[in-house]
Amino acid sequence: MRALFFRDLALALRAGGGFGLGLAFFLIVVVLVPFSVGPQSALLTEIAPGVLWLGALLACLLSLDRLLAVDWEDGALDLLATSPLPLEGIVAVKAAAHWVTTGLPLVLAAPVLGVLLNLAPSGYGVLVLSLALGTPALSMIGAFGAALTVGIKRGGLLLSLLVLPLYVPTLIFGAEAARRAAQGLDPATPLFLLAGITLAVLAAMPFAAGAVLRVNLR
Amino acid sequence: MELKVTDLAVGRGGVPVLAGVSFSLTTGQALVLRGPNGSGKTTLLRTVAGLQVPMAGQVHRAEDRIAYAAHADGLKAALTVAENLRFWASVFGQSDIAPALAAFDLEDLVERRAGQLSAGQKRRLGLARLMVTGRDVWVLDEPTVSLDTASVALFADAVRGHLAHGGSALMATHIDLGIEAETLDVSGFRAAAAQMASADEAFL
Repeated sequence: MRALFFRDLALALRAGGGFGLGLAFFLIVVVLVPFSVGPQSALLTEIAPGVLWLGALLACLLSLDRLLAVDWEDGALDLLATSPLPLEGIVAVKAAAHWVTTGLPLVLAAPVLGVLLNLAPSGYGVLVLSLALGTPALSMIGAFGAALTVGIKRGGLLLSLLVLPLYVPTLIFGAEAARRAAQGLDPATPLFLLAGITLAVLAAMPFAAGAVLRVNLR
Repeated sequence: MELKVTDLAVGRGGVPVLAGVSFSLTTGQALVLRGPNGSGKTTLLRTVAGLQVPMAGQVHRAEDRIAYAAHADGLKAALTVAENLRFWASVFGQSDIAPALAAFDLEDLVERRAGQLSAGQKRRLGLARLMVTGRDVWVLDEPTVSLDTASVALFADAVRGHLAHGGSALMATHIDLGIEAETLDVSGFRAAAAQMASADEAFL
């Protein structure tokens, strides 16, 4: 398990691994929003939490179709499936590696990009906290989607369609927590719900993804 | 008894390919599957390896005894030869990769990225993976593809060594490895065509 985790990290960080793709996309979206909205700092302040959350979600989505497809194409997934590692564990570990290489950089970059969107000072802490709580769920749901579409050529479109509805609760409560904090309200309730969704996803999704993968490998 | 297959029927995409296949494999024994392209050798091997479920019949195998090697080697182009091999060794709970490197003459290539290897070198690395699994039953699908004569000899030596140490091997291959092995021609087990009976698969 640990070997698989570190192999995935090494592969992501080396040339052609796609590390930074999500981060660069996040950066581009957030930098372009002020240009498209125009120089209205009050409006930007208002939409900043939502834009940051949406940008992070789409950036996460962007790298999902390679999550299992690479291992499928070079045959490593078949070999892993016949190894002592359970498929549920394989998917969970790969989702964890995906979070470390995609979700974590987004969490760390969000406060810096918040400045560009004129985010209210009171919102920074909760924005980072909500992203840190929510992005693991995005990676794990994404891994489930990747397991569903593994083996389909150019399955990215199907993957997005399958995964986006499952992302909605996380987006609603994550953005809501950040918005409430930015407006000086108490963000505790949406944060608790966000954490609850993430925990449920982390508990259930590896088993769903493992079962789906077992069918898809046949 | 390492592996026993009784009255096995296998299919690909819900269509039966082979039916009534029975064989057994004991310690120190090698069994070579033969048959023309598309006769179902790969499907049979995938079923034996546990990647597919049989349509009928049984595969008796001890848990976690099989090392499977497919057409694709599962190598990562961005990792070096040693890193690739070490990864598979640790997945299978082993640590020593030196004998595998020596057996397939890969010692000079340890620091080379797998993406820069030739097709034959990649294959050798893929086969060296078998030796770091520590598993008894090798299930090999066309192991000698893109190997030159010298490498085929290396592979035959590796298989012989594996058999001598109490392992066994089931392989689909078209060339004669010079190993004492029984042969099973799968073309005699072709399933009756177009019998889409139990289409209970979720994704065909």
